[in-house]
Amino acid sequence: MAQLITMERHSKLGLLVTLFFMILGLNAQEEENKKVSHDVELEVEGEYRFFYEESQFEGQEDHYPSIAFRPEYSAEWDKGYQSINFKGFFRWDRDNERTHWDIRELYYQKAKNNWELSVGLKKVYWGVIESNHLVDVINQTDAVETFDGEEKLGQPMVQFSLITNKLGTFDFFYLPFHRKRTFPGEEGRLRFGTVIDQGDLGYESGAEEWRQDVAIRWKHYVGAFDIGLSHFYGNGREPLFVFTPTGEIDAFYPVIHQSGLDLQITHNAFLWKLESIYRYADAQDFFALAAGLEFTFSNIDGNGLDIGVLGEYLYDERDELALTALQNDIFFGSRIAFNDVQDTSILLGGIKDLEQSSTIFSMEASRRFGSNWTAEIEARIFSNIDDSELILANFRQDSFLRIAISRFF
Amino acid sequence: MKKQILSSIALIMAVAFGNAQTAEERGLQIAKAAEEADLGFGSSTVTLKMTLKNKNGQTSERYLENKTLELTEDGDKSLIVFNSPKDVKGTATLTFTHKVGSDDQWLYLPSIARVKRISSNNKSGPFVGSEFAYEDLSSQEVEKYSYKFLSEEGPLLIVEQDPVDPKSGYTRRVVSYNKEKGYRIEKIEFYDRKNALLKTLTYSGYKLYKNKFWRASTFNMVNHQSNKETLLEFSDYNFGVGLSDDDFTQVALKRAGS
Repeated sequence: MAQLITMERHSKLGLLVTLFFMILGLNAQEEENKKVSHDVELEVEGEYRFFYEESQFEGQEDHYPSIAFRPEYSAEWDKGYQSINFKGFFRWDRDNERTHWDIRELYYQKAKNNWELSVGLKKVYWGVIESNHLVDVINQTDAVETFDGEEKLGQPMVQFSLITNKLGTFDFFYLPFHRKRTFPGEEGRLRFGTVIDQGDLGYESGAEEWRQDVAIRWKHYVGAFDIGLSHFYGNGREPLFVFTPTGEIDAFYPVIHQSGLDLQITHNAFLWKLESIYRYADAQDFFALAAGLEFTFSNIDGNGLDIGVLGEYLYDERDELALTALQNDIFFGSRIAFNDVQDTSILLGGIKDLEQSSTIFSMEASRRFGSNWTAEIEARIFSNIDDSELILANFRQDSFLRIAISRFF
Repeated sequence: MKKQILSSIALIMAVAFGNAQTAEERGLQIAKAAEEADLGFGSSTVTLKMTLKNKNGQTSERYLENKTLELTEDGDKSLIVFNSPKDVKGTATLTFTHKVGSDDQWLYLPSIARVKRISSNNKSGPFVGSEFAYEDLSSQEVEKYSYKFLSEEGPLLIVEQDPVDPKSGYTRRVVSYNKEKGYRIEKIEFYDRKNALLKTLTYSGYKLYKNKFWRASTFNMVNHQSNKETLLEFSDYNFGVGLSDDDFTQVALKRAGS
């Protein structure tokens, strides 16, 4: 049944893409280079998550088999200066809320000389820090997908980039629609005691999800320095949780101003990193900062083995109300890359609260098999979670192992 | 008459100095002549097929695209995009080579749409599991080596090159230039830090583009110590694309990988 629905969805999308492309194709006819190159890809991923500790809340499971499809299509013409890009996503999971689909990207892009324009659903990444993503505010987090918050929902936008020689790059964003964060359902792990329904969360803005939001970013590079300054004004991507005296959670998306700074200094094998934000809304304003470094011992064995060590400090003025639960923590980690034919790599890490006992350990390893298969193993261990941790206490029993095998077509 | 005498003296002096030219000077002169012969290509695009062969003869393949912009006052700019294996499709690198000092390099990761500035410190490490080190594939600037002319064998001029950068994985490279074919390189032998022969790179299938620029269609790198091999095959060389600085920005890097 689910398969049938996705098939129908795909054919509709296909039609939409073709139609969109035809309209633009007419305009592009004047172009000297009309050669269009098409590209179709599909990734099918089988995943198994196993939570080895007894669930804390009613309805939660221990074993979560799952399957995901990631189709991609792109058409390029005008020597690659114009294109249509599509990335779709569908997952079936035991948790009904994790069974979901999304259009990650579907946009038209045109570049000419020193400017670039994108119109449609797109993903944009800002920032330099590995363990937390403060500055990155354009896309909504697909929170049911991964624990690290790196999976994002497609964001409708008009993006205009202007590249100058001496003053760096200016990005202007018009964001006409807000997307709500996904949350695990009753059967899902990594949730609060009260199941949050995505749809229940309201907005501070009367225009709700149709509030017309804007953002601007300046990015420049001088020698060893890469610097970015950004400002966002609109519906916050992170819902604001307010605990009522009766213990109920009241949550909504506030209208926020967020100014961000990201800086990286690349010096020999050292990467020095800094991210900082100041967010202000009627209900709340706060400052958050992440600073760290990464050092890589490269080609240790003369065979390509690289070992990187990472250390980052995370501060959030919101204290225990920080949804990320990273209010005064240290991240330490190591990235091991074998640089072999199979691209074998391992990422080990831990986040330790500096005031409490809470620690989260993580391990991610991946490797290619043949030319079309990859395997991934992930573990997250919640250790000694302090009872006073407002957010993390809910995940105390949610340590898990995850295995994913992907086939690329 | 006076003029004639003067020019005769100049000629004699030139010959005398020519003979007195040290092996170091001649080596540098050859490297400069090779650089000179390749000046003015402007920009180019090319498609690469990389075949990795292990010591048992098992192979795996990668497909890449490369864009290069020639700069004279500083090193070249280049953009490499992976088309296969499919799990890394869209991964791309942007490199600004510098004649002196370390290169600037950015990596684009398509899965999270992130551009990351990376350290160019790792010169000796293998490029995507191949027998090519990063330094073997970066733009070859004259300033990056010191030179010593070794011998002349028919049309071939053999020059020893010692890397200036202490982070290089080599003590020296022995390069064979073909003086009759625009000083194109026919072969390079790489000696490791212990001065033992590590690898041999052989160029073949040369074609002349725009009546001036020699480009090999095949690079074959053989590692004598591990018995592994990497073959690079170039196709669809295009020198007429007219690329500019605008095609070598972080915005262009994202576009290339999307």
